[in-house]
Amino acid sequence: MFNVKNIRNDFPIFSNQADDFVYLDSSATTLKPKRVIDAVTNYYTNYSANVHRSIYKMGEEATAAYEGSRKKVADFIKAESNSIIFTKGTTESINLVAYAWARKNLKEGDEILLTEMEHHSNLIPWQLCAKETGAVLKHIPFNDDGTLDLSEPEKWFTKKTKLVAVIHQSNVFGTINPVKEIIKMAHDVGALVLVDAAQSVPHQKVDVQDMNCDFLAFSGHKMLGPTGVGVLYGRPEILETMDPFLGGGEMIRTVSFTESTWNDIPWKFEAGTPNVAQAIGLGAAIDYINSIGLEQIHRHEQELLNYALTKMQEIPELTIYGAALVRGAVISFNVENVHPHDLSQLLDNDGIAIRAGHHCAQPIMKKLGVSATGRSSFYLYNSKEDIDRLCESIVKTVNFMGGSH
Amino acid sequence: MDDLRDLYQQLILDHNRNPQNFRDMQNATATANGHNPLCGDEIKLFLNVENDQILDISFKGSGCAISKASASIMTTLIKGKTVAETESLFARFHTMITTGEIIGDIGKLAVLAGVYKFPSRVKCASLSWHTMNNALHGKENLTTTE
Repeated sequence: MFNVKNIRNDFPIFSNQADDFVYLDSSATTLKPKRVIDAVTNYYTNYSANVHRSIYKMGEEATAAYEGSRKKVADFIKAESNSIIFTKGTTESINLVAYAWARKNLKEGDEILLTEMEHHSNLIPWQLCAKETGAVLKHIPFNDDGTLDLSEPEKWFTKKTKLVAVIHQSNVFGTINPVKEIIKMAHDVGALVLVDAAQSVPHQKVDVQDMNCDFLAFSGHKMLGPTGVGVLYGRPEILETMDPFLGGGEMIRTVSFTESTWNDIPWKFEAGTPNVAQAIGLGAAIDYINSIGLEQIHRHEQELLNYALTKMQEIPELTIYGAALVRGAVISFNVENVHPHDLSQLLDNDGIAIRAGHHCAQPIMKKLGVSATGRSSFYLYNSKEDIDRLCESIVKTVNFMGGSH
Repeated sequence: MDDLRDLYQQLILDHNRNPQNFRDMQNATATANGHNPLCGDEIKLFLNVENDQILDISFKGSGCAISKASASIMTTLIKGKTVAETESLFARFHTMITTGEIIGDIGKLAVLAGVYKFPSRVKCASLSWHTMNNALHGKENLTTTE
């Protein structure tokens, strides 16, 4: 039996915020269990040496913990350790591919295929890259229900398609895109595929072997880990062919004044002292998720999602964006005559934290014809009571803002 | 709760529901567009200025209750004022929404005094004023509060 009360006890923030604190913004960032906070503190308190270069016991300990986290990440997504690069987040992971792979391999007229539901982090790096290389950007559109329109694949997947970059789970609609199918179509035309898995890895089993992607990017802070650490998975045989992203210490083998040779993968891509504490914290987050069980977490979230969809649809003034059948626990919505920022401010007054804004997806907002939406997202520490509180507060806000007219 | 009640007190809600001078202006002598990328708030501001006096002012656009109410109150206050008077009021309004300090008579703008307690909303309250100021000084370019 999934016990939210016990889980909440693992998160110190619940005892430091007001008793009625409801956090519904895990798609933006997640709260941290004590285990993660302790792992970070423990590194700084007891063995805060640099990694890979300190020939003393404490240094060995730090290196073992840092590399141990890499192994935990690798196991979590069914990859090999040498395919796991620590970055500072999903955005940097995507940029790494844009700089170290795409700029070297794309030429004028090549096509980069994206979708209309990408987060800015999976749009801007490709706009910059296209500008420099002369490559062309194409976007698979989405339907009214927030699913991708894959009805004419031959229109999108062509001989010119060299890279497909696609979001796994939409941070706006919650839609889980059929990435396996997309990867198959991309590989059939000889294109590589990068999957933005920032919203999926924390919530569902992701197996890079089964998915067969070439690159996969995600962030630590969205999966109970610290900010400042993210992951790029890359197929080792592709990583081997790539030049470094950033130059500096750690990523080299031999250095002369004019030339250098590179370290093995993945270290070739980790220039400078890495984010040791954060990576160790991410390892602790994965241990914690495994101790609860990712499948159990996923089931719990799906229950919350269905409950929330039902409850929210009972509010006549409320519009939900996205109606995909396969989706994660994210609901974007608007309330008639109440701007999402006013809504968020008034919900906050009742102790409820939701996101309001364009969710780093301005083109989606434009296509929906709205300037912003509210968004509630759920994780393992949320309960049905949280959703009841949300709905009560929305109704209260509608009455307050709507007044007598 | 009191802080928020301050912020959303009835006057703001009324101006949000029934904004004043919310219309196009055919004979505008200056216009400017404003945009708050954080909220997606957008405003188009129209001025009719003659001999250093603001004869008419109006606005169109979409935004949150605070930005709409702030724009609405602004138009009711500066219609008929001189450019210098308007600039002085803008300066004092700006001080008020960033620090809470009220200097001199600021009339109905006082309802927005509570905004300084909510730093993320200061831009909502100031967007229309910045846009008006740009129109006044012939800067038709997009005002952004980011």
